[in-house]
Amino acid sequence: MAQELQTTDRKVPSKLDGSERTRSRQVFVPRADIYETTDQVVLLVDMPGVASDGVDITLEKRTLAIRGYAADQQRESYRQIYAEYGAGDYERVFTLSEDIDRDGIEASQKDGVLRLVLPKAAPAKARKIELKTA
Amino acid sequence: MLLSDFGRIGFDPFLEMRRMQQEMNQRLGGLRTDAAQEFPPVNLWLGEDSVAVTAELPGIAPDDVDLTVRENTLTLKGERKAQDETSVWHRRERPNGRFSRTIQLPFRVDPEQVEARVANGLLEVELHRPEADRQRKIQIKG
Repeated sequence: MAQELQTTDRKVPSKLDGSERTRSRQVFVPRADIYETTDQVVLLVDMPGVASDGVDITLEKRTLAIRGYAADQQRESYRQIYAEYGAGDYERVFTLSEDIDRDGIEASQKDGVLRLVLPKAAPAKARKIELKTA
Repeated sequence: MLLSDFGRIGFDPFLEMRRMQQEMNQRLGGLRTDAAQEFPPVNLWLGEDSVAVTAELPGIAPDDVDLTVRENTLTLKGERKAQDETSVWHRRERPNGRFSRTIQLPFRVDPEQVEARVANGLLEVELHRPEADRQRKIQIKG
C-alpha cells in the first residue's frame, strides 16, 4: 500500500526531488512502521529530538511527505567525545496506493514518535442502473 | 585458510565448508548497519568535571527507563512496547522489545549527583565527578 519513492538507509542523507536545501544540516531517513486496519492506515515514524511544532506533513495527490526539524543539540562548555548518532533533520516520502479521506487525517507527535492516522476513503458505491420498461 | 588443516588431520570438507560459511556470514554481517547498531544509540559529551550522555529513545516514556550508576558505568534499561493491534504490516523498521546497555564513562562519577531529563525522545543524563576526584590547583608559596 505504501510504497517508498526512495530506498535509502536511515543514516544516509536523503535528497528529495534532487533539490538542495538551504539549511546546512544532515538529513536522515527516519525509521517507520506502517500498518493497515480495515478502515485506516497508521504510520509511526521515529524522529527523536523533534518537537510537535517541528513536524511538517504534506499530502499531495498520493505523495505523502514527512519532515521533521530537530532542535540544535550543541551543548555549551561541553565537547563531544563519542558519537553513535548525528543531529539533523528527517525527511521521508511515501506514495500511497489507496484513497485517503483527507479531512480525517490525524497526526500527533509524542516522545519523538510521529503517529499519523490516515482513514481510508469510503469506496465508491456501486450504482445499480435500472432499466426503464417502455 | 584452506591449507590450514591439510597436513595434520587430512582434508575435512565439512570443516572447510563450515569455516567458509562462517567467514561469509562475518563478511555479509557488516553490510547490515542497522542490525549491528546497538539500541539505544548514545553520544558522550565531556565537560569540566562532568560528563553528559545523550541517547535516542523515541517512543519511550520517561517512566519506562531505568538508570543505574556504578563507579564509572551507566546502565540504561527499558522496554519499547510493540504494537499489539492485529493488522496488516507494510513496514516494520522500528526496533522494539527490551533493551539494556552499559556505557563506560571516562571517570568515576558521584551517584548522588546525577541529573536525567527526557525531551522529545531524547534522554540526557548529566553525571559529575565526585568532589574528592576533582583536580585542584595548587598554589606555590613564594
